[in-house]
Amino acid sequence: MIEGLHLFVDIVSWILLIIGSICVLIGGIGVLRMPDFYSRLHAASLTDTMATLALLSGMILQAGFSLAAAKLFAIMLFLLLTGPTATYALANSALLSGYKPKTDVLEKKVS
Amino acid sequence: MTIIFAIFLLTMLVITAVAIVQSSNLFVSVMLTSIFSLLMSINFFVLDAADVALTEAAVGAGITTVIFLSALALTATQEKPNSSGRGIALVVVGLTASLIIYATFDKPRLGDPNAPVHQHVAPYYLDNTMEQMGFPNVVTAVLSSYRGYDTLGEVFVVFAACIGVLFILDARTGTGPMYVARQMTGLRHHLIPQVVARILVPFIVLFGLYVQFHGEYGPGGGFQAGAIIATAFILYALIEGEQAALRAVPRSAQLGLVICGALLFGMVGVLCMIMGGEFLDYSVLMENPVTARQIGIIVIEAGVGMAVCGAMLSIFHAFAARSAGDTHETV
Repeated sequence: MIEGLHLFVDIVSWILLIIGSICVLIGGIGVLRMPDFYSRLHAASLTDTMATLALLSGMILQAGFSLAAAKLFAIMLFLLLTGPTATYALANSALLSGYKPKTDVLEKKVS
Repeated sequence: MTIIFAIFLLTMLVITAVAIVQSSNLFVSVMLTSIFSLLMSINFFVLDAADVALTEAAVGAGITTVIFLSALALTATQEKPNSSGRGIALVVVGLTASLIIYATFDKPRLGDPNAPVHQHVAPYYLDNTMEQMGFPNVVTAVLSSYRGYDTLGEVFVVFAACIGVLFILDARTGTGPMYVARQMTGLRHHLIPQVVARILVPFIVLFGLYVQFHGEYGPGGGFQAGAIIATAFILYALIEGEQAALRAVPRSAQLGLVICGALLFGMVGVLCMIMGGEFLDYSVLMENPVTARQIGIIVIEAGVGMAVCGAMLSIFHAFAARSAGDTHETV
């Protein structure tokens, strides 16, 4: 029974870790491939939120019920607070300084 | 696995360094310098130097970037094109590089326990720290007790640097009419960063205090803690405006922190002499030499933390006051 539980936790944590890694990868590709600043920021913010959540939850499950898990949880909370805030501040200051989003890319591709 | 990671990090370091040199936009250079420091700090961590990694992350990647950015607010954002003297520079750099590469041929293998540097005084520190100091972090023991003179020197370097920067920037005392006129600083209209920063500031200070007083058992100590606490106050200044930050920690308090920190360190040394020992020999402070050393280390680490925190804050506010004054003049 305990063995099975351990195996289950291990599998779940590895699924989370892989999801997190894929999110980091998608974020990285997005930053390189997206057409303008705002959409790149959107891609980069994926690493701040989804990847952080998945990777650190996976690591917490790996650490088990210990001090390391508590520290990882604190780090996750910190990153989940600061990451999206930094993205928002960046996008907001870009907009305030007169940087217009590109809106014609999609139309050109469709036509 | 560690080797692969280290090679990856060092490659990234070289790429970042080349990018810093290549970029002519100074903002980009500053951000790349911050990334360079962060990579360097990860590198230190890979080499098991957690204390240095913490310092590099807090000072190099954190505070230096903010100070560079406030300096950039005073100057231009583009590098001036400069083509003269390239040949001489190339020769000098080439010669230095080949000398350093030549010198590495005699270098012992990385982490070799028989290397001369590990045979001199290091074994003594490793063997005696637990017995003489009563705590496990050898780095703190070396920094604040065995090599106390060096750290005292460093604190006075920080002190002198702070005084020097304040003189160069001609920091105003903060009472003139120019100073009162500015209320528009900070991110007052940015609600979300403001709310988040208000939540974070107390926790950053708390973490700084933890790093300060847990330095004997984990990585950390005065330098790191001072930098982290200064970061919290700088964040507060960026979010709430400089006026509010100066109300919280006035300039006299910042300078007082620097002076008291440096003095506290020196006074502990003098007190040791008065009690009949040598300068910075804490064992005479109390009956039990181990407790005495621990108390001495806690006090001087507090001095280091105060000096670093005060110096960082004074330098930041000197830059901020200067740029605010200049914009007011142009208006």
